[in-house]
Amino acid sequence: MHNKTIAELSAGLKNGDFSSEELTRSFLARIEKLDPQVNSYISVTTDEALSQAREADKRIAAGNASALTGVPIAQKDIFCTNGVKTSSGSKMLDKFIAPYDATVVSKFNQAGAVMLGKTNMDEFAMGSSNETSFYGPVKNPWDLTAVPGGSSGGSAAAVAARLAPGATGTDTGGSIRQPAALCGITGIKPTYGRVSRYGMIAFASSLDQAGPMERTSEDCALMLNAMAGFDERDSTSVEKDVPDYTASLNDDLKGLKIGLPREYFGEGLDSEVAKVIEASIEEYKKQGAEIVEISLPNTGLAVPTYYVVAPAECSSNLSRMDGVRFGHRCDNPADLEDLYKRSRGEGFGAEVKRRIMIGAYALSAGYYDAYYLKAQKLRQLISDDFKKAFEQVDVIMGPTSPTTAFNLGEKSDDPVTMYLSDIYTIAVNLAGLPGMSVPAGFVGQRPVGLQIIGNYFEEARLLNVAHKFQQASDWHQRAPENFSD
Amino acid sequence: MSLDRSDVEKIAHLARLAISEEDIPGYTHNLSNILDLVAQMDAVDTSGVEPMAHPLDATQRLRADEVSETNQREAFQKIAPATEASLYLVPQVIE
Repeated sequence: MHNKTIAELSAGLKNGDFSSEELTRSFLARIEKLDPQVNSYISVTTDEALSQAREADKRIAAGNASALTGVPIAQKDIFCTNGVKTSSGSKMLDKFIAPYDATVVSKFNQAGAVMLGKTNMDEFAMGSSNETSFYGPVKNPWDLTAVPGGSSGGSAAAVAARLAPGATGTDTGGSIRQPAALCGITGIKPTYGRVSRYGMIAFASSLDQAGPMERTSEDCALMLNAMAGFDERDSTSVEKDVPDYTASLNDDLKGLKIGLPREYFGEGLDSEVAKVIEASIEEYKKQGAEIVEISLPNTGLAVPTYYVVAPAECSSNLSRMDGVRFGHRCDNPADLEDLYKRSRGEGFGAEVKRRIMIGAYALSAGYYDAYYLKAQKLRQLISDDFKKAFEQVDVIMGPTSPTTAFNLGEKSDDPVTMYLSDIYTIAVNLAGLPGMSVPAGFVGQRPVGLQIIGNYFEEARLLNVAHKFQQASDWHQRAPENFSD
Repeated sequence: MSLDRSDVEKIAHLARLAISEEDIPGYTHNLSNILDLVAQMDAVDTSGVEPMAHPLDATQRLRADEVSETNQREAFQKIAPATEASLYLVPQVIE
């Protein structure tokens, strides 16, 4: 059952081929047996999952099931789950039992989905390799010596290793798309504001966006149908109708204009990755798409700009972790300042501290104009590049990541080198656009992801473009050898 | 942009982070490298560019000033490190 897609599982449940309880038990057994190799889960919620599965079976029997009723999924441990530990990958929240559900979690509960557990992630979503987690690194199921990418590395690895048919992720600078690419699965970061951020532990509020991570574009559409929508509890949530993302999956691509930004194919791109991407573009040509060379001239500024905006916002967001109302508190504080400093010093890992300090510096008296304001101006220029491009083309394509998965430990001592691995994903967050990563092939045994970027609220088009590629290829069906049966 | 030890100590204080003596050289090195990366921003003339506050040019939504949430003090204080008589406990701040 673990090799079936969500669409297939949903049909099987409705047909009575198996019950949600059987399905859930089979995934829980796989997690118990195989996850020690991968470390993709922080918490496995066995009792809650079985009770949700039994409820789902009743709902299916009563004939009022949704597409996700009885389908087991995993939640990234950044989403608050009432009564269940929500760590955000940090020692700071190691004992934090969330007192409420994130909107995304409530929506899946309403749909009748079953939560298998909470997935591992870079601490507070800050990282591109899942090595900054307090709970240890996640291993890439395709090669256990490689990183899975990050920050949603646990979700990507769990889906690739068939330890969940689908999972949620969040993407602030590439944290859905890059791990999806490195683990050979499909993931979509929707337009900023499309999915509620309520109850999603904030990293950089003007960039954070939640999205689904599955094996197929069709499954992403089913998951996004449940996740998307206006939420009055999120002040930047967008009031706009949600289409049925499955409705246009099969639309013909004839005449589709695909822009290839020359900046995404230049220096720094691994030549073998480039070949895989070029081969997937050929498939689109075969389907009648038209290729247009475009330019996004400010691409090189995206990483520097991001490393002002994101740390500034994180230093502000994480100031709430002060050892007073929740989270880690140091022993025997001498005074209030000692309480703050030691609780935070002990509770946060090195990468989170670095980003908080960069943010505190950029926002400190006398530096605001030179850093944050300058970055917000560059953000406008980066966004304008995309606006111009979308006057000419329907979607933009390129590699998700300049290389395949790197080795564990390879970049963990050098933050700047690590940051540059997100060079193709970060600009999309700065502009607030939707972006997707689709399995496009392999270099050796490590997967390559094709990135597809769309105009605002064009998620349905991205899912359609990805689905048509998956109808003509089988990269998304490949399973890592040790996790296929 | 090169930071020295005293810069890092000052920033750590601003951010209310206790950093151990032996970790300061590592932070000094890494933070300087990150600021070098960030300094690439200076190469672009941004005079006349409006700073971007929101990707969709949205403005802050307002709601009616009505009570919409129920009191959940007990649930919220259950996860606090130290409370007494419905108050959060911290070291003494007023002599």
